[in-house]
Amino acid sequence: MATTTAVDLTSQTKPKKLLLQVAHDWLTTVDHKKIGIMYIVYALVFLVIAGFMAMLIRIQLAVPNNHFLSPQVFNRLFTMHGTTMVFFVGMPILFGFGNYLIPLMIGARDMAFPRLNAFSFWISAFGGILLYYSYVGGSGLYGAGSAPDVSWWAYAPLTEKVFSPGHSTDYWTFSILLSGIGTTGTAINIVATILSMRCKGMTMTRLPLLPWIYLVTSFLVFVAVSPLTAAQIMITIDRYLGAHFFDTQAGGSAILWFHFFWIFGHPEVYILVMPAFGFMNEIIPVFSRKAIFGYPAMVAATVSIGFISLSVWAHHMFIDGLGAGGNIFFTAATMVISVPTGIKIFNWLATMWGGKIQFKTPMLFATGFLFQFLGAGLTGIVLSSAPMDWQLNNTYFVVAHFHYVLVGAILFALFAAFYYWYPKMTGRMLSERLGKWHFWLFVIGFHLTFDLMHVPGILGMPRRIYTYEAGRGWDSWNMLVSAGGFIQAIATVIFVVNMVWAFYRGRVAGPDPWDAWTLEWATTSPPPDYNFAVPPSISSRRPLWDLKHPEDVDSHYEY
Amino acid sequence: MSTIPVTREVSEAPWTLPSRGIVGMACLILAESAIFIIFVVAYVYYIGKSLSGPTPKQVLELPIVATICLLSSSITAHAAVSSLRKDRVSACTAWLGATIFLALVFLFYTAKEWYELIYHYGLTIRTNLFGTTFYSLVGLHATHVVVGLIMLTVALIAGLRKAMNEHHAEKLEVLSLYWHFVDAVWVVVFTVVYVLGR
Repeated sequence: MATTTAVDLTSQTKPKKLLLQVAHDWLTTVDHKKIGIMYIVYALVFLVIAGFMAMLIRIQLAVPNNHFLSPQVFNRLFTMHGTTMVFFVGMPILFGFGNYLIPLMIGARDMAFPRLNAFSFWISAFGGILLYYSYVGGSGLYGAGSAPDVSWWAYAPLTEKVFSPGHSTDYWTFSILLSGIGTTGTAINIVATILSMRCKGMTMTRLPLLPWIYLVTSFLVFVAVSPLTAAQIMITIDRYLGAHFFDTQAGGSAILWFHFFWIFGHPEVYILVMPAFGFMNEIIPVFSRKAIFGYPAMVAATVSIGFISLSVWAHHMFIDGLGAGGNIFFTAATMVISVPTGIKIFNWLATMWGGKIQFKTPMLFATGFLFQFLGAGLTGIVLSSAPMDWQLNNTYFVVAHFHYVLVGAILFALFAAFYYWYPKMTGRMLSERLGKWHFWLFVIGFHLTFDLMHVPGILGMPRRIYTYEAGRGWDSWNMLVSAGGFIQAIATVIFVVNMVWAFYRGRVAGPDPWDAWTLEWATTSPPPDYNFAVPPSISSRRPLWDLKHPEDVDSHYEY
Repeated sequence: MSTIPVTREVSEAPWTLPSRGIVGMACLILAESAIFIIFVVAYVYYIGKSLSGPTPKQVLELPIVATICLLSSSITAHAAVSSLRKDRVSACTAWLGATIFLALVFLFYTAKEWYELIYHYGLTIRTNLFGTTFYSLVGLHATHVVVGLIMLTVALIAGLRKAMNEHHAEKLEVLSLYWHFVDAVWVVVFTVVYVLGR
């Protein structure tokens, strides 16, 4: 059945390279795997920085009347924390995994435009560095510590020259603009790769679900990130050329900025969470030892989430006076989007149902994802209803809800993906023992932090306040929330230790340590520069299953 | 360690995939359209909301000649691609030259219009909301014309140096797609700015 020549790579002894040569190799590379890893490393560095900021915020809020941070520093911290986490952790890490995995999963040797790929990476990375440079350059070199303080949505007219003098807001605008250009470039590359680089036999109905999801996500990037780019251009014109787009003194509209920002801002949530769904689609079947349940329904749900997510942005603006008609439309749209999302959860559960589930670390994180994503969806439904939102808007309930999605769902999916694909990327397994410590500590810390954070929100604690008076019933909740935050930080340290340890001492993985079915496991770990010695050709959704079980091939069952 | 072979019986049907250049350009056009939509929405939203003059009715004239030139440059760009496909390189070069000429005429009219608006009517980007939205929308479009013009010039130079043949037809088609997009955007800009906006 299978005809090929096996390439023995062990016989090729590589000469030891100088550090400078290694650096040159990485800095000038156009290989999708190296670029993917650089994205991931750069995102992890920013994750640690932004996580450190979160810890400072939680120290400040742990006790009432605290003067650990000044109000100005606090504003800068939550601005930088939010901006970094969304633009320089979430998006790069997801595109990093996409960059690494998509060509391997579709049996291609590289992305469609390798040089565009390198350009996109470097311009995004430059955006991140520029954002942090604002700490020294925001108000001239003497204004050290002058980072932007306008929060991650930079509501106009707060960002206009009158209210934000100096250059800290310009740093924010330019870094978002650059990261937007980089993201669009990567998305173009991903779509072109998936549509025109698939290996022989990989029709769209045999495309693994992860590339399918990246395809829809990339379309969301085109229609959602571009408005943000346009809005950044407008605010820059306002600030530098004295135009009046968002200048309320000259008839400009602040509400228009809200619309432009959230036309980006809400689909952005789906841009971040859909790749997490993609990881689940790969991990849950493998560790349940079953094919994914309802492949066509999964694709349909993905596409419909993509479409509906474009019509939910104004649920961030229920209290801005859109009128009853607008509020009803956006309430309905926001509730409708939970239907395809529910389909996905049911399909994951149906995949696990009756399977021989192996609770290795990736599967533990995947299971955590399922529970927490459900919780995040339920609090989302509470907020999607306009009357409830009038009550809870701008309280810690909202903060708790979106951290439930971003940490409870996306970060858990990312940890699962790390444990699952780390062997492919480095050739070594992460420690299961440290992985379980990491998982349980993180679960405990996560629930302590974000379950309890809903309560001060319901009790009326506003978000973005830098301190509060004692005796309002918020004190002990905040102390527990902060304690949970530190438990998560300790768990993250274990994770980093695990990664560093495994890189040097981990068990050698071999090409297919999880007995998985998609094409990335058909090559060595780590894969050679050209990915596949012979370009593969496939005849079903699970090519490696067919190879291992020639008597019971998948294509007989596909519909 | 060795690679696991994944080569199965090859199916009879030929395996064809869309061209990556055209897919990439289509994606870029989608992203650019979203940017233009935001600028158009801002323009439409601010029609008649300026707190001071001049108003569009007082200063704007219909750019008929410029529009005819830009729209016909789409036809010449298409002709350039078709002649390159038939390997008629000199015809292709001539059509490219015509496209560039028409685009230059368009840009000249825009420059003339802006000159008059600035020096005769005192309308700048800071004057009022009309100035803000007009210069940014028309300027964004003009920027795209300039970018297209640079790429067309590169193609023209390749044609003049006989460095182009029918194998480049697909690349030229990608460029012509961009150019058609710039023209289509002008139809929208023309309608919104010069017809509805007045």
